[in-house]
Amino acid sequence: MSVLKVENLNAWFGDNHVVKNISLDYKANTISAIIGPSGCGKSTFVRCLNRIHEEVPSAKVSGAVYLQGKNIYGPGVDAVTIRKNIGMVFQKPTPFPAMSVLDNVLVGLRFQGMCKKTTLMEIAEACLKKAALWDEVKDKLNQPGTSLSGGQQQRLCIARTLAVNPPVLLMDEPTSALDPISTAKIEELMDNLKNEYTVIIVTHNMQQAARIADYTSFFILGDLIEHGPSSEIFTNPKNKKTEDYVTGRFG
Amino acid sequence: MIWRKTKNYFFITILTLSGIAVLIPLILIIIYVIKMGFSSLNWQFITHLPRPVGESGGGMAHAIVGTLFLVGLGGIFSIPLGIMLGTYLSEFKKDKMAKFLRHTIDLFSGIPSIVIGIFAYILVVIPFKHFSALSGGVALGIIILPIVTRTTEEILKLIPGTTREAGLALGLNRTKIIWHILIKGSRAGIFTGIILATSRAAGETAPLLFTAFGNSYFSFQLMQPMASLPAQIYTYAISPFADWQRQAWAGSFVLIIIVLGLNLSARFFMRQKS
Repeated sequence: MSVLKVENLNAWFGDNHVVKNISLDYKANTISAIIGPSGCGKSTFVRCLNRIHEEVPSAKVSGAVYLQGKNIYGPGVDAVTIRKNIGMVFQKPTPFPAMSVLDNVLVGLRFQGMCKKTTLMEIAEACLKKAALWDEVKDKLNQPGTSLSGGQQQRLCIARTLAVNPPVLLMDEPTSALDPISTAKIEELMDNLKNEYTVIIVTHNMQQAARIADYTSFFILGDLIEHGPSSEIFTNPKNKKTEDYVTGRFG
Repeated sequence: MIWRKTKNYFFITILTLSGIAVLIPLILIIIYVIKMGFSSLNWQFITHLPRPVGESGGGMAHAIVGTLFLVGLGGIFSIPLGIMLGTYLSEFKKDKMAKFLRHTIDLFSGIPSIVIGIFAYILVVIPFKHFSALSGGVALGIIILPIVTRTTEEILKLIPGTTREAGLALGLNRTKIIWHILIKGSRAGIFTGIILATSRAAGETAPLLFTAFGNSYFSFQLMQPMASLPAQIYTYAISPFADWQRQAWAGSFVLIIIVLGLNLSARFFMRQKS
């Protein structure tokens, strides 16, 4: 079943056309990777999927993105509401300053008006467990989120995103600022997240895409060159450019 | 190798000496004020009103209270405004209006404090035909405003843009991000700016000379003159009476303690932040 359907998506920064007429279909409970050389529009593409792209001055978008059948770029659709349903994890960990670990996880829910303490605690524990962080932070829930290590902070951001329970999770190079052990932990938890969420991950690391993604899309300069099951993209690509890229001859 | 080390020692020596050169006057001032002020300071000084000319004893209790009152008054005007302005400058920094405001605020902090005093005189004293605590508060507020604005702006700019995007990605709107994540997240830094600004205002004499003016009794009335430590020190220091001059030193000592105390607590809060 398709959870997120992208139709003829174009994006610009001023006159610079960075995402060119992309149509893609994301199935529920899968991990899809987007790979490609720097500046190929991967990040901009995922930033269009939760309408963060338009927050940059001079940015423009056209096309449609259907989240569970509803066009998020449709008339009268509020970007703020859309973002509650599509979570995003960024390249660098972004714990909120001067907020405890617990408050960081619960901030989204609190702003949605949920304030029953027992429920909040249950959700916090569940999300931190899903983000494979609970055992490391259960004794320091009241310490500032910024006091954790980089890898822990990134998992904290994942837990924070999970807390609002979005069906789709976007990850923009979530491990590129992390060490190999933290990266391995995040890859492992992503595999578990697949059971409940649809994950779209931008990565510079082709091995990472091959390890964790069910589907992979290959972008060059804003064009979608090839999309398909990761096994095919990495072992039997149909396009010559894809082959050159995944074998390391280009990019 | 030896040449490199010699150069190294040479520059370290120069840097250390310039550091000491900066510290010497500061330390001398503090030591001198403590020496002159501490001996004149007594319980009566901080709890009693001035005695009539010719009688010895008495104190500056009204001026201590007056300074706190005036600084508080200035703060009520300008701290919330400064935080809002600073937030605007940081979060909407590309607006034309913001650029204009930033220059204006910079200009404000460069205005000599006596000129601010004249401004408050024209703005408040002349229309009401009365020296007043209110006019002193306005003058101090104008001194506090640019400092709070610029520190708030700088502190908020330290937060990376991705933090704001992370807030957006959680489905929060701009207002919530600015208020609950940025401002609350930087409260320690903003508070430090407030303390630094108020301690600066507490030590200002010039803007108060023809606004709050001064008096010799307790007063909490907005539209009446009010005493302040710096103005009282000024009056006593240039008087011919030895006892008043002694009290001026004691007043200076109390003022330094207040300002130093505020600065130290600012540092304490800053450290708590990191």
